[in-house]
Amino acid sequence: MARYRPPAQSKLGQIVDVIVLLALTFGALYLPLYMGLAGRTASPSPQENPTWESLGQNEAMVERWNALGYADPTAAQDIITSRFDYSFGALSLIVMVVVVVGYFVLMFRLSDREYREVIAEKFGRE
Amino acid sequence: MAQTDIASPVADGMVHATKVGLVRVLGPAHVWALGVGIVLVGEYMGWNFAVGKGGAYAALIACWFAGLLYSCVAMIDSEVTSTVAAAGGQYTQAKHIVGPLMAFNVGLYLVFAYTMLEAANALTVGFLMETVAAMAGHEGLNPQPFIVLSILFLAWLNYRGVLATLNFSLVITAVAFVAILILFLGTAPWSDATPLRHAELMTDLPYGWLGVLAAMHFGLWYYLGIEGTCQAAEEVRSPARSLPFGTLAGIMTLVIAATLTWYVCVGLMPWEYLGQSGVPLFDAARMTGSTALLVLLGVGTLFATLASANGCINDASRAWFSMGRDHYLPAWFGAVHPVYRTPYRSIIFLVPIALVFALGAPLDQVVTFSILSGLLGYTFMPFNMIMFRRKWPLGSIKRGYVHPMHPVPAIVLILLCAVTFFAVFLGYGTQLIAMVVFYIVASLWFHLRRYRYVKRADQFTMPWPKPQGY
Repeated sequence: MARYRPPAQSKLGQIVDVIVLLALTFGALYLPLYMGLAGRTASPSPQENPTWESLGQNEAMVERWNALGYADPTAAQDIITSRFDYSFGALSLIVMVVVVVGYFVLMFRLSDREYREVIAEKFGRE
Repeated sequence: MAQTDIASPVADGMVHATKVGLVRVLGPAHVWALGVGIVLVGEYMGWNFAVGKGGAYAALIACWFAGLLYSCVAMIDSEVTSTVAAAGGQYTQAKHIVGPLMAFNVGLYLVFAYTMLEAANALTVGFLMETVAAMAGHEGLNPQPFIVLSILFLAWLNYRGVLATLNFSLVITAVAFVAILILFLGTAPWSDATPLRHAELMTDLPYGWLGVLAAMHFGLWYYLGIEGTCQAAEEVRSPARSLPFGTLAGIMTLVIAATLTWYVCVGLMPWEYLGQSGVPLFDAARMTGSTALLVLLGVGTLFATLASANGCINDASRAWFSMGRDHYLPAWFGAVHPVYRTPYRSIIFLVPIALVFALGAPLDQVVTFSILSGLLGYTFMPFNMIMFRRKWPLGSIKRGYVHPMHPVPAIVLILLCAVTFFAVFLGYGTQLIAMVVFYIVASLWFHLRRYRYVKRADQFTMPWPKPQGY
């Protein structure tokens, strides 16, 4: 098999490739965070006049809250009542499965195509 | 059988694009320090978000199942890495076993898992400084200069040389590990005077068994990065002995440290506080009422974060360097410093990325990005292992180490990875989708554009026979 000779990449081309990678990194990962579109879905359920009892805290827990700097239950209630919302729809679960499985299928198929070229060139000429 | 001297500085299985190679100076203790040094910070921060996602008991179950997941990772990694002993670790494995695109993705997993972990470490340094300043009566200290300084100082250290860097890691990792042991002993669990109040502070599972599944997300944080031992494969004196020994000793160290950390922390703080704490072990030391323990765990937190960030810069830059050397990225990154013999351009390039995330994103989200990249890498490993044994069955090439019970670890690993994907989906689904979409777009960019600059046959440099089935 004829040996593949890749073109030499110009300095400008190298700079463009680096910019593309940086744009992908900041566009796909940082921007959603920066715009508040991604993040934890836990949120507090504040009470009007909370007491340690109404927040479900026993004597030992209250002692530790005090030691941690939370003398007042009002100051601690956002932490105590914060809960994740784990409800989800079947559709969102299916989307997640399809995206993750689809990604790996894509990876292995395209990789195998490239790998066959590598093996053919490596061992074909030996 | 193809005989490979994987320790040889000449036939190390890599085609070097530069005339100057990396230096083989590291022993098993350095490998242990590199693995544990990156990961031990997981006991000092981040693991406790598992408590927030599922409660105290859920975090313990997650800790042990994650330990099982990482034992499978270590077994698989030890076999493949001790056979493909070259810089880049799993990246180089993927190149030889699966193909260039997968290798490109694995390289990116490594870079992003470690760079995000580095950012999380810097965030913790800043948070620790802020907390200590507040305790000393200086409320409102700006943590950002500490974040910037830690990243720049460690990048400079890595720029100057790998041996000095890992010796530095070895010392501060040991101090951070001993600090956890002393905290455990300091709480005197066997004594009536112990401050531990497990019976009063621990509650039932707040989210039921769904919370146990959800806790697997941050359960990975107890160990994430142990696979980083492979990154130094090209700089280890005897990879066949040092890599399995260093990696498996590292896992054992971490299982012990993780269990002790959980035991002490849940006995000292209400789970709701622990589940969102930025510095849980430091907070645990505060609860003991001992100034000596407070100082020790403050120093331990600082050392653990610095050791981890140090190892992260080391590993991420080597993965980036390897990709540059193979033209998967612009070749400019594939250069070794003529004096210090480090991948200096890669080290410098990754600094601003770490800084942007450290200065602009919350800790739990940066941690999640790191975990997701790690998780994608762990999902690749079982397929990689099965393909490795199929393409080169036992006896066809010389292996540095053969892991037992194949394919059980690979199957267990893939099942635990599936559970963890679901765990991340619970509460952080948007980030999961964003991260996978990022990798899909990056992969299409590589396959359709970047791959044209890659020399085909040069991607297979190990002196092995042709793989079966090709």
